[in-house]
Amino acid sequence: MENQLLSIITFLPLVAALILALFMRGDDAAARQGAKWLALFTTSATFVISLFVLFRFDPSNTGFQFVEERQWILGLTYKMGVDGISILFVMLTTFLMPITIWSCWGVEHRVKEYMIAFLVLETLMLGVFMALDLVLFYLFFEAGLIPMFLIIGIWGGKDRIYAAFKFFLYTFLGSVLMLVAMIAMYLDAGTTDIVKLLAHNFGSETFNLLGFQVVGGLQTMLFLAFFASFAVKMPMWPVHTWLPDAHVQAPTAGSVVLAAILLKMGGYGFLRFSLPMFPVGSDVMAPLVLWLSAIAIVYTSLVALAQTDMKKLIAYSSVAHMGYVTMGIFAANQQGVDGAIFQMLSHGFISGALFLCVGVIYDRMHTREIDAYGGLVNRMPAYALVFMFFTMANVGLPGTSGFVGEFLTLIGIFQVNTWVAAVAATGVILSAAYALWLYRRVVFGDLIKEALKSITDMDRREKAIFAPLIAMTLILGVYPSLVTDIIGPSVSALVSDYHAALPADPAALAMH
Amino acid sequence: MTSADFRILLPEILLSGYAMAALMAAVYTTRDKLAATLVWATAGLFVALALYIGAAGVGERTVFNGLFVDDPFARFAKVTILLSAAAVLVMSQDYMYRRDLLRFEYPILVTLAVVGMMVMVSSADLITLYMGLELQSLSLYVVASIRRDSAKSSEAGLKYFVLGALSSGLLLYGASLVYGYAGTTQFAGILTTVQAGVPLGLLFGLVFMLAGLAFKVSAAPFHMWTPDVYEGSPTPVTAFFATAPKVAAMALIARLVQDAFGGIPGQWGQVLAALAVASMFLGAVAAIGQRDIKRLMAYSSIAHMGYALIGLCVGTAYGVQATMIYMAIYVTMNVGTFAFILSMERDGRPVSDIAGLNQFARKEPLKALAMLVLLFSLAGVPPMVGFFGKFYVLKAAVDAGWVWLAVAGAVASVIGAFYYLRLVYFMYFGAEQDPVDSRMAPVQWGMLVAVAAIMLLGIVNLFGIEGPAALAAQALVR
Repeated sequence: MENQLLSIITFLPLVAALILALFMRGDDAAARQGAKWLALFTTSATFVISLFVLFRFDPSNTGFQFVEERQWILGLTYKMGVDGISILFVMLTTFLMPITIWSCWGVEHRVKEYMIAFLVLETLMLGVFMALDLVLFYLFFEAGLIPMFLIIGIWGGKDRIYAAFKFFLYTFLGSVLMLVAMIAMYLDAGTTDIVKLLAHNFGSETFNLLGFQVVGGLQTMLFLAFFASFAVKMPMWPVHTWLPDAHVQAPTAGSVVLAAILLKMGGYGFLRFSLPMFPVGSDVMAPLVLWLSAIAIVYTSLVALAQTDMKKLIAYSSVAHMGYVTMGIFAANQQGVDGAIFQMLSHGFISGALFLCVGVIYDRMHTREIDAYGGLVNRMPAYALVFMFFTMANVGLPGTSGFVGEFLTLIGIFQVNTWVAAVAATGVILSAAYALWLYRRVVFGDLIKEALKSITDMDRREKAIFAPLIAMTLILGVYPSLVTDIIGPSVSALVSDYHAALPADPAALAMH
Repeated sequence: MTSADFRILLPEILLSGYAMAALMAAVYTTRDKLAATLVWATAGLFVALALYIGAAGVGERTVFNGLFVDDPFARFAKVTILLSAAAVLVMSQDYMYRRDLLRFEYPILVTLAVVGMMVMVSSADLITLYMGLELQSLSLYVVASIRRDSAKSSEAGLKYFVLGALSSGLLLYGASLVYGYAGTTQFAGILTTVQAGVPLGLLFGLVFMLAGLAFKVSAAPFHMWTPDVYEGSPTPVTAFFATAPKVAAMALIARLVQDAFGGIPGQWGQVLAALAVASMFLGAVAAIGQRDIKRLMAYSSIAHMGYALIGLCVGTAYGVQATMIYMAIYVTMNVGTFAFILSMERDGRPVSDIAGLNQFARKEPLKALAMLVLLFSLAGVPPMVGFFGKFYVLKAAVDAGWVWLAVAGAVASVIGAFYYLRLVYFMYFGAEQDPVDSRMAPVQWGMLVAVAAIMLLGIVNLFGIEGPAALAAQALVR
């Protein structure tokens, strides 16, 4: 039982999806309600079981726990497990899914299919964070595109087709290059078991390719192939352009999952594969990644300032915040990586909540144009409060989880590259600028727009949805040890292994 | 020549005899009355023979003085050919009956084509190879134009015939060069010759033969006939073209390059790699602009042949295994897809315009879901089985050091994903208009749903085809 726990968590939503698909008939109000309740119940049950795993998890053990292993085709294994790095992503997913499902209570269009898509998506996302076999990981990672493609395409906004295709093809291209790299890794190491691959040393001798000196050799090549996938997923500047389109067109719940969980797969991938498996390659490419992150933070913050669509603004803000994550990861020290993981979790709550905030007024007014709003505080005091809270958290106000993540990553990067730290720190100011300006334009001022005069405040369900998110943001903001105690030992093992794997003489690699 | 030799040849002899008997029976009874019965009887016979070949075949034997070989490779290919041919036959019966196309010649010609394919995959000699290939091709030319009073169908048949004859000519020319330089038509003899050194003329012959065979698998740049023939032929015939003959021709290429030219993989590897890359990219790019689902499937099959060729060009046993698995998955997917295409109609007339699929999911959610699975599988998106086919060939390529080829295949698969996604887009979120009807006989419905289920459940263990495919590959590559 203990050993199958992770599989149960992963596949429970899939089972519910199958039940919905095979046994739910009809499309009347009762059937729709039933589908929603089943989905809510299943995702909640998944969360409860995952809590059980969290309590049984031993943070001092830096290895993988709850490991399950079976033979599979192609000499591959079905292997699942969690360690200090992945367990909190699992928790983030199971925690957010019931909230997401509850937030789409108002959907009336093909409800059953909507619920099925989200349940399948949860299975695939959980699988990504638990898989301990390369190909199994790839399978979950890639299959997640299908439900998301459908969610954007069927339930999305006006230009949903373009957004859905862009989302799919962008991420697919990145992933297939990763697949080729995975095959190369398999042939080099003779296994696809992630645990064994973590212990394997991939070649790092410089070689010549078409006249170019490849510093870091095979590791750099593999790093670049994985980078193609994770950078798109993350998304990093300049391959982020799919994200604003996808966010704007996706339905609210789709945006929440996309921003809060799917983006984290990229960061998780860097931590699980790039950093520990290709330390030399990572070291060679780190300056590039760091500068890309710094550019992302400043550039996308400036772009966010110019947006007229609320969702697009928050999407660009996501890209900027993910910049802190990549920066922290490739600072490759305890604070940096801790901060990156913290930032990902915190961004999961905050960006999810922000998209829900947009969803609340979108449901009422059916527009996301910032100019269509103004003075909402007069009619929606509760909404103004919630929105204010998450705006502040997004800015990184001390006391909210947003602050801890940004602060830690900046400490981490400051020790490695002061210039990048200096550039990235300006992003903190810029984020305050765009977030507060958005808030002012939407919430403050006089309520002069005719259409807004009859807008209603949040109802009890909407308030209840935000409650757990507010609680988490606050708790993690004032007591971050809750997270760092769990991830700490695994991260410190990761960081020390990383530095041990680098050649003692940095001059050997100092070609850049 | 002993009775044991004949026992090896039993399935082919049985099928030929059956075809003759059926022809006689049909001619002497009232014309097309027997056709439906014959379709089912033929399909039943195919399945029975597939079971017999799969279960009873053991070991490896060359009979008739080195003309004909029976080994695990031939058996794997034969089982795939027979089963896919049987599936296509039973699927087409209802369609052809309702459109008054169900002539008794149809199952008989299919039987003869299948005999040809079985001879092809078992050939151990250039003569056997050519005989099998021609028996297959001649039957297929006739089947392509089975709708006699349709200009398009006749055009398809004629086009197929002219280009097919050209490719046979190329093949024959190559074969004669090979014979001239090797002094023998037997694969084993050719192999000993090339191991001692490769004369230029022999290489010429090899390239001509490969070009001829590339026509048969419709690999670019020898693919020109495919879209027109696919579009012009009646849909059940298209379904047949897309499945069994492709397996046979692919298996024949594998047999030729390994059995006859196994010593010099460096010489044909690059030729096949060039064909593979050209096919993958041409198939992926050219399909994007297609409006007709049959033409689209033609380009799709060109692209798929490119992937299958990757496995062959690397020249390893693992590569051959990958190709055989790829082909088995490919025919399964195509059977399911064509089961659906067969059902597309409006006011009783077949439709193949993809715009007709708009909002199909609203009308027929289950069929749309099955097609969704198939399309993602064709695109090679995990967790569908189609992904594993691609994974196998890419792995074989990287394994043998052809990394650039694997990268090219990966990139082409992204381009290719676009047009499969476009079909999904039409079905699920296309423009608001009246979608096509989808009238399905129970057997078509069953095929569609079963294949979709296979594509999903295959993730567990690929239904155990890995083992037989590995055996087949080891028999071929020594």
